[in-house]
Amino acid sequence: MTAYILQRLIQSALVLLAVSIVVFLAVYGIGDPIELLVPPQVSAAERTAMIQRLGLDLPVWQQYLGFLGKALKGDLGFSFVHGVPAVDLILARLPATFELVLLAMSLAAVIGIPLGLLAGLNPESRPSRAIMAGTILGFSLPSFWKGMMLILLFSVFLGWLPTAGRGETVSVLGIPTSLLTLDGLKHLALPALNLAIPNMALMIRLVAAGTTEAMTQDYVKYARAKGVRRKRIVGRHVLRNILIPVVTVAGMEFGSLVAFSTITETVFAWPGMGKLLIDSIYQLDRPLVVAYVMLATFLFVAVNFLVDILYAALDPRVKLTGEMA
Amino acid sequence: MTSPLLEVRGLRTVFHDLAGAWPAVDGVDLVVQPGEIVGLVGESGSGKSVTGFSLVQLIDAPGEIVSGDILFKGEDLRQATEERLRGLRGDRIAMIFQDPLMTLNPVLTIGEQMCEAIQEHRPCSMQEALEEASRALSRVGISSPGTRLKQYPHEFSGGMRQRVAIATALLNRPDLIIADEPTTALDVTIQSQILFEVQKLSRETGTAVLWITHDLAVVAELADRVAVMYAGRIVETGTVDDVLDRPRHPYTLGLLGSSAAMVAPGERLRQINGAAPSIDARPSGCPFRPRCERAMPACTQIDPPPQVMSSGRSYRCHNPVPEGHAP
Repeated sequence: MTAYILQRLIQSALVLLAVSIVVFLAVYGIGDPIELLVPPQVSAAERTAMIQRLGLDLPVWQQYLGFLGKALKGDLGFSFVHGVPAVDLILARLPATFELVLLAMSLAAVIGIPLGLLAGLNPESRPSRAIMAGTILGFSLPSFWKGMMLILLFSVFLGWLPTAGRGETVSVLGIPTSLLTLDGLKHLALPALNLAIPNMALMIRLVAAGTTEAMTQDYVKYARAKGVRRKRIVGRHVLRNILIPVVTVAGMEFGSLVAFSTITETVFAWPGMGKLLIDSIYQLDRPLVVAYVMLATFLFVAVNFLVDILYAALDPRVKLTGEMA
Repeated sequence: MTSPLLEVRGLRTVFHDLAGAWPAVDGVDLVVQPGEIVGLVGESGSGKSVTGFSLVQLIDAPGEIVSGDILFKGEDLRQATEERLRGLRGDRIAMIFQDPLMTLNPVLTIGEQMCEAIQEHRPCSMQEALEEASRALSRVGISSPGTRLKQYPHEFSGGMRQRVAIATALLNRPDLIIADEPTTALDVTIQSQILFEVQKLSRETGTAVLWITHDLAVVAELADRVAVMYAGRIVETGTVDDVLDRPRHPYTLGLLGSSAAMVAPGERLRQINGAAPSIDARPSGCPFRPRCERAMPACTQIDPPPQVMSSGRSYRCHNPVPEGHAP
């Protein structure tokens, strides 16, 4: 177990290093931020001084090594635009995105898993066919369009829910959250639903396929031969087996939603990390973009790490050892 | 004589496909007395497993039980509700499956899988259920059962898993255990240990056993009576001594002649010519006729009805092996 964790930590560090090189080079190639940062009326001397202060006169490899050196100390640089540490900016936005994604994934699981079970148990029935057809819709509708349709229906026509912003927040342990106020929840509802729909579709498909397969297994027939009630067969024998792929996918989706729910956050003007990323790309705020991608990578690595440990808890056959599979 | 524990009459189970309904079990009559061990013997595809599952109505689409009576302690199971059947399964009629690797749920502990067999049938605290399960495990020769109950199936060897299945079957002191080739997946030494234990437990608890197998040697060692199945029907039945020592049906004779364990050492094994007819190509008349050395013209026309003899022995053949013919 310890050897396994150590090995995974080394792997994670290598992934972060590789991503940092690629991202740094890519952002370097996008364009020169000086043109955007420095007002045209500034004198040439002032301009040079600014370039030197930001370290933009150095060759790219020196800039990278400088960045890496500071990054190892937890300093991912100052935002060109805001003049504050990039990490602080991003982390200030993290709670908003996190609560949005948490609610979205919970919705996806709470609605998706039972519907998937239902569809998987009677794949030929009419409701099951309707559910499965619905998942195709859930997958294929583009996020921005779905978001606008939700606004149109619930905000414009019905007038039930607000269209944008985060609403009233309360502070829990110093972290502001909308999850605990009615106004906050009202603001959360639409963006969370918008993020949840494709994931719900994914869960339904995964669970339905898993259920249909599991019901034909010998252990189900054996449980029936023992006189186990159907409710227990489905809720314990079957669900426990199909939860393994569901946890994998949910983990990956969780990471990708936290990092890249940019479209939904933009449509609903949700003040989260995704919105910050879009804004900083427009402004060529190089350190912020790099810091963002590094944090996102870190998040993915961490989530996958947790998922692997969850496996061991869910599937007794999985033993975490130092050997590579 | 006491009334039979299980009495099956004219059981017919078919499997549907686009071309029609094919009988896997084609008019089976079977009687099991309380406390008796009955061997149900046949080769692959003879319908012996489907018979076993039909008895507890565990036949899923495209299979369907189309006719026959299944009387268990006088109650017709074909008329029973699903909830009544569920109550009987695992409680009065327990099953042991062929492959112990596939039948235990890989992600639940042995303890949970044994306790649910108790708790789904009578109110019982987890503590009591675990104690009962632990006693059942020691009875089938599993040491340190307390630890074993917390383990998962992959931590058990094949033989140990089958012992777990046997222990589970015994938990509720059933009247009947249907064992579907439970030792086929095990090696020979484990097999004989398990046979010995099943026989012992059956005697001790008064549980009747229907032992489904393709292995005549197992039947000879274990059973009181035997029923030989061919092409979905029982072609010969009687006490083990009668059927194995003095077979009347040419198929039984052929099976005995081809079984290494049943032939005297040094004697040549004889195979039965041809192969068992597949379910969609059963011949008219007697289904064994194309492979039979004793076939007569009547065999192509008329399906031989069971000839029932005084001792409860019966066979289905127009031209039976003469009495006194040694196998």
